[in-house]
Amino acid sequence: MAVRERLSGNEAVAYAVKQINPDVMPAFPITPSTEIPQYVANYIANGEIDTEFIHVESEHSAMSATIGASAAGARAVTATSSCGMALMWEELYVAASNRLPIVLALVNRALSGPININADHSDSMGARDSGWIQIYAESNQEVYDNFIQAFPIAEDKRVHLPVMVCQDGFITSHGVENILLVEDDKVKQFVGEYEPEHYLLKETERMALGPYAVSNYYMETKRAQRQAMCSAREVILEVAARFEEMTGRKYSFFEEYQMEDAEYAVVIIGSAAGTCKAAVEEIRAATGKKVGLLKIRVFRPFPEEEIAKALSKVKSVAVMDRSEMFSATSGPLGAEVRAAMYQAHSTAEVVNYFYGLGGRDITVSDFKKVYDNLEMIAKTHVVTGMYEYIGLRSAQSEEV
Amino acid sequence: MASDKIYDKIHEQSPWQDITEGNKIFEAATSKDFCTGEWRTATPMWAVERCKQCLLCTPVCPDSSIPVTAGKREDFDYDHCKGCGICAKVCPFGAISMREGK
Repeated sequence: MAVRERLSGNEAVAYAVKQINPDVMPAFPITPSTEIPQYVANYIANGEIDTEFIHVESEHSAMSATIGASAAGARAVTATSSCGMALMWEELYVAASNRLPIVLALVNRALSGPININADHSDSMGARDSGWIQIYAESNQEVYDNFIQAFPIAEDKRVHLPVMVCQDGFITSHGVENILLVEDDKVKQFVGEYEPEHYLLKETERMALGPYAVSNYYMETKRAQRQAMCSAREVILEVAARFEEMTGRKYSFFEEYQMEDAEYAVVIIGSAAGTCKAAVEEIRAATGKKVGLLKIRVFRPFPEEEIAKALSKVKSVAVMDRSEMFSATSGPLGAEVRAAMYQAHSTAEVVNYFYGLGGRDITVSDFKKVYDNLEMIAKTHVVTGMYEYIGLRSAQSEEV
Repeated sequence: MASDKIYDKIHEQSPWQDITEGNKIFEAATSKDFCTGEWRTATPMWAVERCKQCLLCTPVCPDSSIPVTAGKREDFDYDHCKGCGICAKVCPFGAISMREGK
């Protein structure tokens, strides 16, 4: 029987670390992810696990040590947020190109500047091109479930890529929710013993890792990395199927909420999906309007064909971005969803919204306005611009 | 000729499918197989007649490019010598001089 608990998102990740008992965890504290290494250090101090915790002097060192441990043959994890991950930047790419199955618990927080400690996706969206698999969560349950699934995904021979398990800072990381924990032995069995084929400390094999790749090799190496990202698709689904067998909880690339007959759809990542679901329920109950939600779970590899298919019957789509990229067209999710729909010859109207930057609240009534706008756009076929804002104060009323 | 050397399996014409995962190299000391002496812009010259075989030059060479056999140094390994000039500096007998160019 699963264990009923109430945990914050950070507690849930730390608890999963305890259940998995990885070999090495180098980490450096940064709000709002600090609690994760803190709780893990407690488990170690209490003798509950024998993970080697490495106290490092920065996040640059945290990721470097994680890479070193993983290359040596250890199952290695770390946790960070925002500027902490920005300081890991150089190593994120190295971890991916060295094909190391590292798992990083990322608690999403706005990047400086201006300095801000609250949730948005600018940290992980900035790292979207680093070659890491990115999995996002709406709730604490999903954070916990995704974290456990990350290991068999990363460590699968067809993949061998690092995985970033993302959750929204404070909203899920510090918010306490009811949660169903999987029994220790089942988690251990699910992730299995880590038995890498090639590693630096292997006595019977000589190996060098991370050599200089001149221009004659760099492009081929990147193409091979892309292949691993492509292969990750089937592995993510296989692992999700295995997880569903164990827990009954179903996961895929994204969740389709009331999408079967939907005419107006919102595409969103992370915790605000819960707020949007409330709006969907209220609108359907009050008006019968066919509104739905597509919540992205896996942003890398980006499931473009599946998304385009899921949106193939809607009249209009609002893509919600919780990070700015200063593109003339849209935010990162907006750009990729639009590209996916264009390639699939979609005729649906698309509008892109920026919301929740630096922890700005988004409410059920905000989402109702979004759905109203979607209905209008579907009728008039007039989309006022490539992007709009939710909750922005402006002297020009049409901007809001 | 068949070879088990990594650079015979993976080379500048290899398709991406043949690149090892993460560019892993399953061999040690492969640096010996590459003529990095090409980088040299100055070349040490050994004046055998002045050399007393004191062997001070050999251990200071950063690239192990002064081979020693049976207790005696031999001529430079120009395939790997980068021309740094440390050997010329350390020689007490003026038996090594630096010449400009390769």
